[in-house]
Amino acid sequence: MFPFSFEWAWDMAHYVFLGGMWYAIGIISAGLSYCIGKALLDTVAGKGHDHGGDHH
Amino acid sequence: MNKTHNTQKAKKYGMVIDLDKCTGCGACMVACMAENNVPFKKDETNKLDSITWMHLYKLTNGKAFPETEICYLPRPCMHCEGAHGHPPCVSVCPATATDYDHGTGIVSQIYTRCFGCRYCMGACPYHARYFNWWDPVWPEGMKEYLSPNVSPRMRGVVEKCSFCFHRYQLAMDKAYHEGRKELEEHEYQSSCTQACPAGAITFGDLNNPDHQVHKIARPDNEHGGKPSATNVFRLLERLGTNPKVYYMSSREWVRRLGDNYLPHEKTGEIALGKQKGHH
Amino acid sequence: MDSALLPKGVKRCSFPQFSIGILIVGAVLLWGVYAMLLCWFKGLNQTGMNDSYGFALWIWADLAVIALGGGAFFTGLLKYIIGKDELKNIINFAVVIGFICYSSALLILAIDVGQPLRSWFIFWHVNVHSMLAEVAFCLSIYFSVLAIEFVPLLLENRKLDEVPFFHNLAHNMHEVMAVFAATGAFLSCFHQGSLGGVAGVLFGRPFAFREHLLVWPWTFFLFTWSAAAYGPCFTILLTKITEGITRKKLVKDNVVDLLAKISGWMIASYMVAKLIDTWYWATVTAPSRGLTFMQFYSDGNGLYTLWIIVAELVVGGILPALILTNKTLRANKSMLLLAVILACIGVCINRWVMVLQVMAHPVLPFEEWFAYMPSWQEVATTILPVAYGVILASLAYRYLPVFPQERELNPVNG
Repeated sequence: MFPFSFEWAWDMAHYVFLGGMWYAIGIISAGLSYCIGKALLDTVAGKGHDHGGDHH
Repeated sequence: MNKTHNTQKAKKYGMVIDLDKCTGCGACMVACMAENNVPFKKDETNKLDSITWMHLYKLTNGKAFPETEICYLPRPCMHCEGAHGHPPCVSVCPATATDYDHGTGIVSQIYTRCFGCRYCMGACPYHARYFNWWDPVWPEGMKEYLSPNVSPRMRGVVEKCSFCFHRYQLAMDKAYHEGRKELEEHEYQSSCTQACPAGAITFGDLNNPDHQVHKIARPDNEHGGKPSATNVFRLLERLGTNPKVYYMSSREWVRRLGDNYLPHEKTGEIALGKQKGHH
Repeated sequence: MDSALLPKGVKRCSFPQFSIGILIVGAVLLWGVYAMLLCWFKGLNQTGMNDSYGFALWIWADLAVIALGGGAFFTGLLKYIIGKDELKNIINFAVVIGFICYSSALLILAIDVGQPLRSWFIFWHVNVHSMLAEVAFCLSIYFSVLAIEFVPLLLENRKLDEVPFFHNLAHNMHEVMAVFAATGAFLSCFHQGSLGGVAGVLFGRPFAFREHLLVWPWTFFLFTWSAAAYGPCFTILLTKITEGITRKKLVKDNVVDLLAKISGWMIASYMVAKLIDTWYWATVTAPSRGLTFMQFYSDGNGLYTLWIIVAELVVGGILPALILTNKTLRANKSMLLLAVILACIGVCINRWVMVLQVMAHPVLPFEEWFAYMPSWQEVATTILPVAYGVILASLAYRYLPVFPQERELNPVNG
């Protein structure tokens, strides 16, 4: 999983497999960070304090 | 023995078992269990959950008396090479707990790495892999007699025949100590080979033309190690597992039981080109 | 008692009535937990598995719930990527089902391995060539996607929604849900496929082995396709069951009809591919290994004979495909229900044979068919996730706005 694991090899199989994995984890983490960060900013800006409970 | 032969070449340890000589005495099984600290239970009647690295099959020609014939077939791990060192079990292991050693041709099992998913067992068509359904329980005092060269296994991991790899390590240690890099044929022999009273098992380097295994099996390395000697065969040859255990028998029905054949196919005549590729 | 937590404008049963229901299912859950603890503390000797049946009921259960839970990724794909907007009325429920299915699969896997405390080795010491490693990675990451898809629904609970941060978070997550859905679909394609690959790469097992395209055997593609095809049927089936239990209409017919139609055509196209695959395997792959088609269906115990392939392909495949692709037939409520039930059974049989028949068939010519009977511990731990699923789905239905059309379809006076 990491280059310091001794079975690690710099070959195509590892690039594709673990590249795909880190890519997916990256997108998910970035998306989640964006949502949480923006929610914090929105809350500080006073959004969501006065809603009717029906968004969308 | 030609000591200078193939000094840098990779070894390919393998076995030839002469089924005409095997009496089914089971000495190979006992020797294997003692040598490799194989755990056992009080009740071993259920062969499907007891561990026998070397397993003995009883084959019959299925004919009625007086034409009934039987044959005993000892089955260790085949240490398959597959195509380019990819045996059925090695590539499926998700945690790299089993590996193909290109230097010796031995399929290893790392007990402390195995987490017991049993995928390798499902992949092996020879049922050579065994799961530790229980923790080993040794009879009173027997712990003192366990081999210090082989680590005992715990519950929940897979184990199998290692071709007595610890013997190889010990022999290599000795050779290095004596300033040699090569082993003599007799220096590394598996315990089952030495225990067989009928001398049915021959063990050695299949890559070394001076070794008995090579002389008997005459493996054709250009064609996946297929034996070119008469009456020599491998189990399930046409699956492409490329095993390193060869069998020999003068009886055609025994050789035919070594593989699956369509009704019109002749025993031993399998076009290797027909085998569809796997990796 | 819990009225402050219930969604606005909908009717729910009384809290005591709900609690009794949960307690009954909870008893089954506890039975499963007891069996699970037995397996963990005493080891896998508690199961009916053996050295010839290393993969058995649990692996089937894993494959089956993941195939059935495929409705989540495929409905998500249809809604967020392809733009079938009507499906927003069923996507929440699909996500809840998916979440239950995938968490169940992970739980079963945690019981199934011999050394559960070493499970992290599959990540740390990964062998990238192993199909099971691909399964583990995609499954775990996709489960986190499902959790992310579940969170906004959770935050829409009346009380949670009153917290401004949660309200904003749910809103923002809805905004970027397409990104998560796309990642989920990408991961799902691979883990559904690699579950098929688990069987297809076994070149020592002629019943399972299939020819490869690049590094994947045909079963890889068949599993992905079948999960996308059959998963929505399970979503529909559970919707109908929920409607039956609550005695309410929760999703409008046009939504169910759309999902059923898409599922029908997916099953139909899958069946074409599956039949070609079966024909090629029976006439080319198996004979090249010295085996005839009938040798795989000659189980002396009677389980693996021709009936099972007929049940899988005809009753559980062609028949539901015919019903679901026909507008008149799927408009008939009984026929629709029959079709989705048959489809769910069909995909479960497919997963069953790809695990258990593979183990049962003797490859060595001098061996007999292997038999296997699960122990009560295996059965209990397989029922455990069902009980857990019922509880989670009930809680979700009671406290969260799972069905957006419920209020409109079931107006509450006053």
